[in-house]
Amino acid sequence: MEFGIVELSRLQFAMTAMYHFLFVPLTLGLSILVAIMETVYVMTNRPIWRQMTKFWGTLFGINFVLGVATGITMEFQFGMNWSYYSHYVGDIFGAPLAIEGLMAFFLEATFVGLFFFGWDKLSKVAHLTVAWLVAIGSNFSALWILIANGWMQNPVGAEFNPMTMRMEMTDFFAVLFNEVAQAKFVHTVSAGYVTASVFVIGVSAWYLLKGRHIELARRSITVAAAFGLASAFSVVLLGDESGYSATHSQKMKLAAIEAMWETHEAPAPFNLVGFPDQETRETHYAIEIPWAMGLIGTRSLTTEIPGINDLVAQAEERIRSGVIAYDALLDIREQREATDPAITAQFEEHSADLGFAFLLKRYVDDPRDATEEQIVMAANDTVPTVWPLFWAFRIMVALGFGFIGTMAYFFYRASFKGMNFPRPALHLAVWMIPAPWIAAEMGWFVAEFGRQPWTVDGVLPTAMSVSALSMTEVAMTLAGFVIFYTVLFIVEMGLMIKYIRKGPFQDVEETNAWNTRHNDRLAGRRNADAIAMPAE
Amino acid sequence: MILHELISYEVLRVIWWGLLGVLLIGFALTDGFDMGVGTLLPFVGKSDIERRVAINTVGPVWEGNQVWFILGGGAIFAAWPPLYAVSFSGFYLAMFVILAAFIVRPVAFKYRSKRDDPRWRSTWDWALFASGAIPALLFGVAVGNVIQGVPFHFTDDLHTIYEGAWYMKFIGLLDPFSILAGVVSFAMLVMHGGAWLTLKAEGVVQTRARAIGSIAALVAVGAYVLAGLWLAVGIDGYQIVGDYVTNGPSNPLHFEVARTGSWLSAYVERPWIVVAPVMGIMGGLLTFAGLRAGREVSTLLFSKMAILGVISSVGLTMFPFIMPSSSDPQSSLTVWNSSSSHLTLFIMLVVTAIFMPLILMYTAWVYKVLWGKVTEEDVSENSHSVY
Repeated sequence: MEFGIVELSRLQFAMTAMYHFLFVPLTLGLSILVAIMETVYVMTNRPIWRQMTKFWGTLFGINFVLGVATGITMEFQFGMNWSYYSHYVGDIFGAPLAIEGLMAFFLEATFVGLFFFGWDKLSKVAHLTVAWLVAIGSNFSALWILIANGWMQNPVGAEFNPMTMRMEMTDFFAVLFNEVAQAKFVHTVSAGYVTASVFVIGVSAWYLLKGRHIELARRSITVAAAFGLASAFSVVLLGDESGYSATHSQKMKLAAIEAMWETHEAPAPFNLVGFPDQETRETHYAIEIPWAMGLIGTRSLTTEIPGINDLVAQAEERIRSGVIAYDALLDIREQREATDPAITAQFEEHSADLGFAFLLKRYVDDPRDATEEQIVMAANDTVPTVWPLFWAFRIMVALGFGFIGTMAYFFYRASFKGMNFPRPALHLAVWMIPAPWIAAEMGWFVAEFGRQPWTVDGVLPTAMSVSALSMTEVAMTLAGFVIFYTVLFIVEMGLMIKYIRKGPFQDVEETNAWNTRHNDRLAGRRNADAIAMPAE
Repeated sequence: MILHELISYEVLRVIWWGLLGVLLIGFALTDGFDMGVGTLLPFVGKSDIERRVAINTVGPVWEGNQVWFILGGGAIFAAWPPLYAVSFSGFYLAMFVILAAFIVRPVAFKYRSKRDDPRWRSTWDWALFASGAIPALLFGVAVGNVIQGVPFHFTDDLHTIYEGAWYMKFIGLLDPFSILAGVVSFAMLVMHGGAWLTLKAEGVVQTRARAIGSIAALVAVGAYVLAGLWLAVGIDGYQIVGDYVTNGPSNPLHFEVARTGSWLSAYVERPWIVVAPVMGIMGGLLTFAGLRAGREVSTLLFSKMAILGVISSVGLTMFPFIMPSSSDPQSSLTVWNSSSSHLTLFIMLVVTAIFMPLILMYTAWVYKVLWGKVTEEDVSENSHSVY
């Protein structure tokens, strides 16, 4: 594959998006955990919970700011590097981005300042409200961005307008309630909640191993394990839901993840591991679980899931149909209102396949001049590279099940073993901190790399979406982003580690005095009445 | 859905043209003083505590302010997709510089006071200066270029092509008129930052901010008047020629445009728009007087009036043009040919009508909670929780 402006622009987008998503999941989850902690503080009035709120709030703040900063790049990069994409689908895709700003960004950003600066200026309940508004704002922004992304995967509620040479919205509610978007939203925010839970448990475990801040650490683990367990179930279930919706919206992505070259008689087996070979179109050394794929993908034992080879054959037909649409389109563009109704009808019949004709533009300027050989090549282009998808997906799923196990264990120890955690488990928790980030990045990789060769599935090929920029310009900004983001990452990690090492530093005397009183009270009561253990 | 036909396509386009202005002005009024304070930082604060006072006047609000910038991007994408596509890829490297500034600034605010090391702090102080001053200048430079027209054209498929070598897309932006426009926006935002610090700070920080801010106000007014004269004698305007419809499909190639006459002929066709430049000039002069006299609340209001006048004068003068093309006038983007579809504009209007008042309400509440001056005592007492 030649390396041109398309590949360079993709590299930059992937790099900046994946970097952005290093900070987003922690923001999503930690905002809620901090709000839960503050809720406990307001309900019980115990200073330890305020200290927890402020301590995790500080770490939240260090992370939040980079999420905001790197998100700016995302908002503008479509126009900068993907200007044809922006023109072609902005009528639909721009709306959720703008609504995200109106509904979510303003909420979280306006109140996050008050969260940090408002402790002395607001009543307890008002400050708690502010904390929840930040959490709600963060999570709403995920909703809208995933509605936008869901539309790229499953472009519903829109049709092509030949007069404006772009896709236009026909049904806003179809875009809003796109099944792909809804499943993705819950899957993604749940992944954020798991990330924050693993982070809180990991940092707390480190304190317990060092014998520091024990009161804070134990309570933090208790909250995070309960929250994390529910979220880990949610992330896996909604991941399954995403797979189910891909069965009807993105068959090629599903077949590629599964390395399923041939259509299998229903119910298809699931390849647990194997080595997909793109050239020969087969998977070596596959270990199969019978029926599993059919059950996950179709929730039935009788529905077939098409394999890659059959999907390529379908793509070839759609390319031929798309060329007819393209031919009619040129006429309509020329004649405008005066177009012969027969040509308009011909266009409408084939317009759903117009995007497939654009696949030929890689090989020939005018799709109508394409040779048989070029049509076959373009049809083969609809198959994404299989092995990275195959493996990224399996790593993500394995980690997902790992989180359920870990969370269940910590939940059990916290709830039924008096918040006593064995040292090996604490060590494991510390080492697990990077795991949810790996899982999240793998998930995005599967979702977006699996969408190739399209930016909008079946509508607009990636190769056509880029801006007419020079390689030099994009190389300069890519280098700029790499240097810039690396420096920011080092600074961020440095501060995170500094503040984790430092531990809670606010309201220390008040909290320690309360801890001592509280523990004395507990000890006294334990002597008097061993059964009446307080809940805390 | 048929509901959207309640408001005609033409009217929706004009409304969204107005909302585009509201967003730009909202951005300049709020984030504008952040940039101004950043630019003033090394000059109003000599010691660490003085700088912290200046930083903490914007500390709790910069995040909300910055959303005006992000929403600006999102709203242009949703309502004016061709403008979003053409301008951001056309000003590619300049956009990168602006993005870099908007990425560094939040980090600088948040991280600066998290370490005691003086070198660490002074590095971030200069980052705050650069990330305020550079975009403040570049926004004006961009407007200067748009007024003169940008060299791009559309292919039949509506791909955007830019004329000239890639470096000319960056260096070429810096022609004399655009630099003058950059001076207007730079001086205007420094003035705004000065007015904000006058309200929120006291003592030496306030005194220095008043002194520099009042000079900036005069420079802004002078440069603005000069740019107006230049427009009258040295720069051609654009006009749509021939028959055209205002409610047709958004396709620039359906229009004929010529580069002819003067932009200022708009003041003959629509004399009432003279209100805008008058507000801009009067606002600037009143801000100057207010800063000299040490008035606090009213000075900030005058400064806002100046910004409102200057920005709206650009839009009103160019109407219906949004981004003319100098190399192929036919490709020019106007209100009538570069909007979203009728349905999308309507939906976005409904959403904006619901959320914009809410945003203004809770933003006002937050500013009310934070009302009052930031003092050196506040900063040293809460040294850990403030910036």
